[in-house]
Amino acid sequence: MKELIKSLRYTFLALLASLLVGAIIIVVTDIDALKSGDFGKAFSTVFTAYKSLFQGSFWGLRSISNTITGTTPLLLSGLAVSVAFKAGLFNIGATGQMLAGGMTALWVGFTMTGPGWLQVPLAVIAGAIGGALYGGIAGVLKARTGAHEVITTIMLNSIASFLVLWLLKTTTFQREGRPDPISKLVVDEARLPRLFGFLDGRSDLVAHAGFFVALLATFAYWYLLKRTTLGFELRATGLNSDAAKYAGMKSKSLTVVAMLLAGGFAGMAGATEVLGTYGYASTSLAGNIGFDAIAVALLGQSSPIGTLVAAVLFGALQAGGRSMQANTDVPVDLIIVLRALIVMFVAAPLLVKAMFRVKSQVTSQGQTFRGWGG
Amino acid sequence: MIKRKGLKSAALAIAAFSLIAGACGSDSDTATEETTAEVTEETYAALPGEGILACQVTDTGGVDDKGFNQISYKGMQDAESTLGVEIDLLESTSDADYAPNLQNFADKGCNIIVTVGFLLGDATKAAAEANPSTNYAIVDSAFDPPIANARGLVFATDQPSFMAGYLAAGMTTTGVVGTFGGINIPPVSIFMDGFAKGVAYYNEQKGATVKVLGWDTAKQDGTFAGNFQSLDDGKNIAKSQADEGADIIFPVAGPVGLGSAQFAMESGGKVKIIGVDVDMSVSNPDAAEVYIASVLKNIDAAVLAAITDTVNGVTTSDNYVGTLANGGVGVAYTAVPAELQAEVEAIGQGIADGTIKI
Repeated sequence: MKELIKSLRYTFLALLASLLVGAIIIVVTDIDALKSGDFGKAFSTVFTAYKSLFQGSFWGLRSISNTITGTTPLLLSGLAVSVAFKAGLFNIGATGQMLAGGMTALWVGFTMTGPGWLQVPLAVIAGAIGGALYGGIAGVLKARTGAHEVITTIMLNSIASFLVLWLLKTTTFQREGRPDPISKLVVDEARLPRLFGFLDGRSDLVAHAGFFVALLATFAYWYLLKRTTLGFELRATGLNSDAAKYAGMKSKSLTVVAMLLAGGFAGMAGATEVLGTYGYASTSLAGNIGFDAIAVALLGQSSPIGTLVAAVLFGALQAGGRSMQANTDVPVDLIIVLRALIVMFVAAPLLVKAMFRVKSQVTSQGQTFRGWGG
Repeated sequence: MIKRKGLKSAALAIAAFSLIAGACGSDSDTATEETTAEVTEETYAALPGEGILACQVTDTGGVDDKGFNQISYKGMQDAESTLGVEIDLLESTSDADYAPNLQNFADKGCNIIVTVGFLLGDATKAAAEANPSTNYAIVDSAFDPPIANARGLVFATDQPSFMAGYLAAGMTTTGVVGTFGGINIPPVSIFMDGFAKGVAYYNEQKGATVKVLGWDTAKQDGTFAGNFQSLDDGKNIAKSQADEGADIIFPVAGPVGLGSAQFAMESGGKVKIIGVDVDMSVSNPDAAEVYIASVLKNIDAAVLAAITDTVNGVTTSDNYVGTLANGGVGVAYTAVPAELQAEVEAIGQGIADGTIKI
């Protein structure tokens, strides 16, 4: 509980500060109002923008549904970055792992025929395995050759996106009659059920059961960290790999395990997008989620509850940003600025401490991952 | 991977930066943007589109992508000024935005919703089926099976590319011309195929032996950058084709082609470029001198045509196909000898009236 309040406090303060700066940006970029000196209009723009930002994320069923839909992949891929952080690894490869997981889940999703209660879990698990194997490549490369995971995961992202592009042009995956790289549709039985499916005629409520998968994964992550030996070993390796090694932990196999887990989480993110949100795969399936996940993990300080809070916040901004764009002239790009500001405000104290090499209690709460020499 | 760098976002970024750095932007950058807002303040009482709301949803490229989103929006703006319709726009930041954006517009009561690119295909299909009283039009894609209130806006770009191939063959001094694409999908390869066939037609007519690099008509395969972003790829492919003797190159790869133009600039006039989609001597003024001509895909004309139909009360599932005959595609000449230009124009006429088959 204490942890929850702490992470909420950090996030809330960062949010507040960035909304303030965001308001100034809206005013400054509202050229017409500035020119005529009409500050009342500028402020009403800010008010309307933030009002629709809130309404679009939490006000009413559709908004909540949109927030849930946005949160699901962010949370799962956020966990993928968090678990690697905990083990002292910087996983930039969530994008590639999502693609790998998404494609495996897709394949199971359109080839298998069976009842939904079997199909859906099978496809999600397939996605997790696909992502895990893909993430594991970076882990093995690091453990066996010492290749830095930042480099390998970035490269693996490119490999994955080209692989997906190629796969989507093969007859196995490409939808019949479509010239462009777009996959076959996942069969209805393998689609993650819609959360609000019990409401008739509300096809606009797109939130799906992938959210429960994400929550379950968050709980599993918490359990792993706090209740298992493996979690302890991962954390120990992350905090000080030399000490961990000295204590008899196998840091090399732990590196592989951490990347397998990370890939598994990201793979599930890909799976829930394919099986829930879209029902098919395209080259832009992973979008920017793999990179936004880094911000989510940083903001959440890699803790399970923190990652959850950060993912909900980013998901809400994504959903609210759309209605902000629809109701005002404020461009949706402001959301990207807001997210960047939030991360900056959270990271700034840690950054400053790192720059001046101040060692204090606070730094241990932040991210620890080995640098280039490590 | 964040590729959204438009005017508005640039303005936001600059504003954010100057706030944080404590530095104030100069007043001069505000002056350039003032002009845009005031133009629309005229009365459209006599115009037919009064009361019609036309809406556009972009793909993740954003409305300022210097590509099809931007050209489509130009079509929207043309409709606003010539028909008097009201227009609205929503940009998508990820694939997950498509359905909610379309939903927002359906709620808003748009009469026609224009979506841009095949990535919006499935979302547009779902929206069109859920809102049968709204017209939908999708740029660069089509629906199969057809939907009563949704149509595709597609382009016979092999026609102007054929002309460009003939033109390139007529202008090369080395006897070798090149082409390459972004990704091997039909909307791209159709340009390259038309280009190669145009060169072959020139060879047939003039008994010449001009060679085409980067596209094999028989195999229907060729050189592709594998993306639509990397200027370096465009540079490297242009360089390797130039090394093989090509002096005129036709890149069909969006921004990748800008890299080829850079290479052509550095070649000091040895290599020339044929632009694609828009008149690149205008849209890429920094490298205007390297373009001899551009193959035009007038998406704006297609969008305007679709909105005009809606204004006239027409709902159809028939695709709009841009051809040389209806002005949906064309060629813009920048630095072509008058005699050759006349020949190419005659070929264009021939294609339009069906006497020349591609």
